[in-house]
Amino acid sequence: MKSRFVRLAETGRRAVSFRVDGEVVAGLEGDTLLVAMLCNNDHVRHSEFGPEVRSGFCLMGACQDCWVWTTDGERLRACTTTVDADLDIVTRQPEVSWSNLV
Amino acid sequence: MVQPRVIVVGAGPAGVRCAETLVAAGIRPMIVDEGRRDGGQIYRRQPDQFSRPYSKLYGTEAARAKSLHDSFEALRAKVDYWPETLAWNISGGKLYTARDGLASDHAYDALILCPGATDRLMPVKGWQFAGTYSLGASQIALKAQACAIGGNVVFMGSGPLLYLVANQYVQAGAKVAAVLDTSPFSKRLRALPKLLARPDVLRKGATLVKSLKKSGVRIVSGIEPVEIHGHDQLGVEGVSYRDSCGTVQRIACDAVALGYHLRPETQLADLAGCAFTFDASTHQWLPQLDAMGRSSVKTVYLAGDGVRVLGADGAEAAGALAALAVLKDLGRPVDAARVDALKRERAKMDRFRAGLADAFPWPAQHAARLSDDTIVCRCEGISVGELRRVTLEEGAREANRAKAFSRVGMGRCQGRYCGHAAAEVIAAAAGVPLDKVGRLRGQAPVKPFAISTIPVSVTTPEPTEVAEGK
Repeated sequence: MKSRFVRLAETGRRAVSFRVDGEVVAGLEGDTLLVAMLCNNDHVRHSEFGPEVRSGFCLMGACQDCWVWTTDGERLRACTTTVDADLDIVTRQPEVSWSNLV
Repeated sequence: MVQPRVIVVGAGPAGVRCAETLVAAGIRPMIVDEGRRDGGQIYRRQPDQFSRPYSKLYGTEAARAKSLHDSFEALRAKVDYWPETLAWNISGGKLYTARDGLASDHAYDALILCPGATDRLMPVKGWQFAGTYSLGASQIALKAQACAIGGNVVFMGSGPLLYLVANQYVQAGAKVAAVLDTSPFSKRLRALPKLLARPDVLRKGATLVKSLKKSGVRIVSGIEPVEIHGHDQLGVEGVSYRDSCGTVQRIACDAVALGYHLRPETQLADLAGCAFTFDASTHQWLPQLDAMGRSSVKTVYLAGDGVRVLGADGAEAAGALAALAVLKDLGRPVDAARVDALKRERAKMDRFRAGLADAFPWPAQHAARLSDDTIVCRCEGISVGELRRVTLEEGAREANRAKAFSRVGMGRCQGRYCGHAAAEVIAAAAGVPLDKVGRLRGQAPVKPFAISTIPVSVTTPEPTEVAEGK
């Protein structure tokens, strides 16, 4: 997998491991989830309306193009979420996503 | 004296200067901020684990950024700060918020909206490919996360931010493939008299372009974007544009930062019932505003780039001015000399804004020429051809009707990134003036939040007696 973003500085931070589609990947403390994912891969989700993959667009919480999900079904906006070792992310929307209403 | 309930939405340059002016008059405002910390987007802070100095983060604006952050620190104990809180509706004199899965509402005596701006976008064929970002996004990646959006970046669109961010990328060690500006150089020359309203900013701009050229970055003016080339699974691979001689040129890249200046986030003003007027010079509907920041609705005030894009310095002046309008309307004493000085400052910024609109115009004519297979709505993959079809075959010549028929503007971004271009496409297809197409109505919630969000009643802090000036 090819990373999309390129780190230019601030690389001395501690590593944080988390999971994306079952694979363990590493980000750095203080990364947004979007940055941590895109420093490991070239996309964060699959479009539901077209054939293409997506990698976010506005990075300021306005476009909602960077939604990802946890294995529990919770939806996260990757650009405004800080990466965390507990995160277990899936890049396709799971069937049930209203976990706390069940 | 019983405290009036004053709410400020936004903690960027306008929101912070607004709150500061209110606090100086003895009022304790509630500040609702979608950000994790104050600063807004322009003076956005990097996370705690990062260590770059202000000079590196904010360049020539380092002192202003530091001053704004310091001012906010000094206010912290004197305001009710709600970070990471979405203001999602205004109805019946109440502001509705959502924070951490909990929704609440807040009555107010005065509401000052300083929600800032987002990038103004014109679709281009292929802009749905991974690796296409808004220009603002490319700057946030660098400023807040020390990352480039790709290994070889094209900056395309128009406006001063195009050159600013490209230069920041070069300085940070990123590779910039080209800067492609739709504005012809002649327009910038003609706009000079208005731009001279802020000679210091004009000088900074000239230095930027010089620095970019010195680094060997290809800068092309007067282009028309043709296509972002790419692959469904791999994303962006290049950009094609038509140069001013009409020849199509292609550049290889793995990322595109796309933007045509900024558009105000006016949804909350719309929900509050504020009247809008059509601004012919920038081809958009903007909330009506008096010289101090009063909207058409009593108790609702507007400031910063969320109502008129004047830039950060203009937003600071507008924020303070709106607070003074609130104080005046509450019957508090207001320093008339300060009001006059701020009004003059704001007028200067507005003249410069008009100059920028002339120098880097929104290329409306490009929307009319977009190919039918270009995606106009990135959220739901709806084509320009489909929008033209509902306009011509179903008679949807008004923005909201076309939205209902085509779903353009109904997706996740709620029309933020397609709305302006969609209106141009409809106007050109139907052969009607742009203002007759109207504008997409703001809808609550202005951003999506989970249906599992739980309504709670918030105990507003008891009104407290505060001596003025403390």
